[in-house]
Amino acid sequence: MTYILVLEQILNGLQFGIMLFLMAAGLTLVFGVMGLINLAHGSLYMVGAFAAAAVAGWTGSFLLALIASLAAAAAAGALMELVVIRRLYRRDHLDQVLATFALILIFSEGTRWLFGSFPLFLDVPSYLSGPVTLPGGIEYPLYRLAIILTGLAIAAGLFLLIARTRIGIQIRAGEADREMIAALGVDISKLYTLVFALGAALAGLAGALVGAIQSVQVGMGEPVLILAFVVIVIGGIGSIKGALAGALLVGMTDTLGGVFLPRLFTLFMEPASAASAGASLASMLIYILMAGVLLVRPSGLYGGSA
Amino acid sequence: MKTIRMLAMAAAVPALAAAAQADTKIGMITTLSGGGAGLGVDVRDGFMLAIEQDGRDGVEVVIEDDQRKPDAAVQIADRMIQSEKVDILTGIIWSNLAMAVVPAVTAQGVFYLSPNAGPSALAGKRCHPNYFNVAWQNDNLHEAAGAYANDAGLKNSFILAPNYPAGKDALTGYKRMYEGELSGEIYTKLGQTDYAAEIAQIRASGADSVYFFLPGGMGISFLKQYAGSGVDLPVVGPAFSFDQGILQAVGDAALGVKNTSQWNKDIDNPANAAFVAAFQEKYGRLPSLYASQGFDTANLILSALDKAEPADQDAFRAALKAAEFDSVRGDFRFGDNHHPVQDIYVREVIKEGDVFTNKIIATGLTDHADAYAGECKM
Repeated sequence: MTYILVLEQILNGLQFGIMLFLMAAGLTLVFGVMGLINLAHGSLYMVGAFAAAAVAGWTGSFLLALIASLAAAAAAGALMELVVIRRLYRRDHLDQVLATFALILIFSEGTRWLFGSFPLFLDVPSYLSGPVTLPGGIEYPLYRLAIILTGLAIAAGLFLLIARTRIGIQIRAGEADREMIAALGVDISKLYTLVFALGAALAGLAGALVGAIQSVQVGMGEPVLILAFVVIVIGGIGSIKGALAGALLVGMTDTLGGVFLPRLFTLFMEPASAASAGASLASMLIYILMAGVLLVRPSGLYGGSA
Repeated sequence: MKTIRMLAMAAAVPALAAAAQADTKIGMITTLSGGGAGLGVDVRDGFMLAIEQDGRDGVEVVIEDDQRKPDAAVQIADRMIQSEKVDILTGIIWSNLAMAVVPAVTAQGVFYLSPNAGPSALAGKRCHPNYFNVAWQNDNLHEAAGAYANDAGLKNSFILAPNYPAGKDALTGYKRMYEGELSGEIYTKLGQTDYAAEIAQIRASGADSVYFFLPGGMGISFLKQYAGSGVDLPVVGPAFSFDQGILQAVGDAALGVKNTSQWNKDIDNPANAAFVAAFQEKYGRLPSLYASQGFDTANLILSALDKAEPADQDAFRAALKAAEFDSVRGDFRFGDNHHPVQDIYVREVIKEGDVFTNKIIATGLTDHADAYAGECKM
């Protein structure tokens, strides 16, 4: 009985971590390659979810909805880069924070203006709904299993893209020395737009995938964004490998801590206050984890020696 | 001679100012942007519908957005009282904003009528003669859910709520009435959207039912994930997670869920039928709980204005307290602490055509007053 609960929670942590990875990958790419802090990354997540909900509403197809989320978020990302972001690369981080925070407000109110104040409906497709029984007798929602597999496939694809392709080589080179790759004749502004759109598409996909089991509403991206920042700080800024490791670590810590800390507290406290105190400590756990990691490795798990 | 003229002028200025603002000015501070905007929009729309239907001259409503931020709400309240000279304030949705604004407003001699937030402190020790709550005290709907759980024969509930004051009030309210055992009691993070871990615990707990208070997007997420998890224990909740504004987003996952509310569109009285029809006609959607609360708040103010001016504080207060208006929820009166004494119903989520909505299946609590009234010395 208990081992089933533990295994199920490990799967939950894995699934949560994979979703965080999709968010953090784009964020860390943009930060690593362009040195830009983009607070509006969560807005792209929201754009993806709203695009998916709208298309699913019109066509009834979940697959088309996912494609729409990728396209809409990538387009919004590219547009954002062309109109606003490209003026910010040379500014300091404070200007970037200010400008991208303004973008959050613009995106939120724009979305509210387009879709209204009430949450939108996006449902899990019938062929992915309901639980499946895994070996070991664990009942687990099929849709979450699909998220885990999709996320792992995307992670693998991203590694191949970065490690094996020409674009990947340019991205890595841009991370190391942007003047040099410009001197080598790479169109750096096109590369930046491309990287930004890629990160946006990943965030948009995450928004659509999560939107089907959560609420599609204005402001849904901000809580995830904070966690994504924690992930890239833990993983090391600019590293995809670090983003994956950090995301899985945060996902596991948050899920398992939230479940088992209050139980641990009941050993030496009365149940009601243990539940409350355990929950309070559990919600701090990932920040404690972050502080711990930074204490040992100040630039994150896979961070350079910057 | 000159001095006398000066004195006369000085005396005339306040008189002129008073003449210019003999009309009643109502300030509405509510949440119109960001994630919680749906609730504020509904309160505003219900309120303005009543004002328009009444159509009298001399009532002016100023509306401002608090963005769900306590500091913004406090600033707007100060400005409305000091430079716009409002007589009555209303509109706040969230308890933390109400706690920041209401005590300061009432201390300045302005009336505050809450169309939603009902924190326990303002019902008990910190009650005030100029503060009226037209919706409920925070615990009320949860108490009714606990009472319903007893009637439904539920004996082993798993209960959860966010780890913040209103969440703790909610579980306290449920436990106040519920007589069975608890198989688990969880406080989640405020704003949490992934409930996989909690659902796994519910699955492992051996509970016979689930009670949750997760307002707004949190409740949507929980219900959708619960429906996909294969756990099929009956779910009970307060109206906040099953109301008209969010039911369409929850979809099939909410069908059949029992929830508690002091209002529903099928409460059988002429005022309610007219309200539902007029709201749908004007805004093209069904009214929510929040819209009904906005509508009642406006009608209460108008009924009091028939008898007295807000400037005559004692008379106006007595007129509000009398609550002689046709409430859309049927039975409604104020208790001694200016909080509602009312029936709270049990509703079930159903589908009418394409639209998810609620129907009343039972009365949870009759003529129910809140638990804090005794602490109020007024």
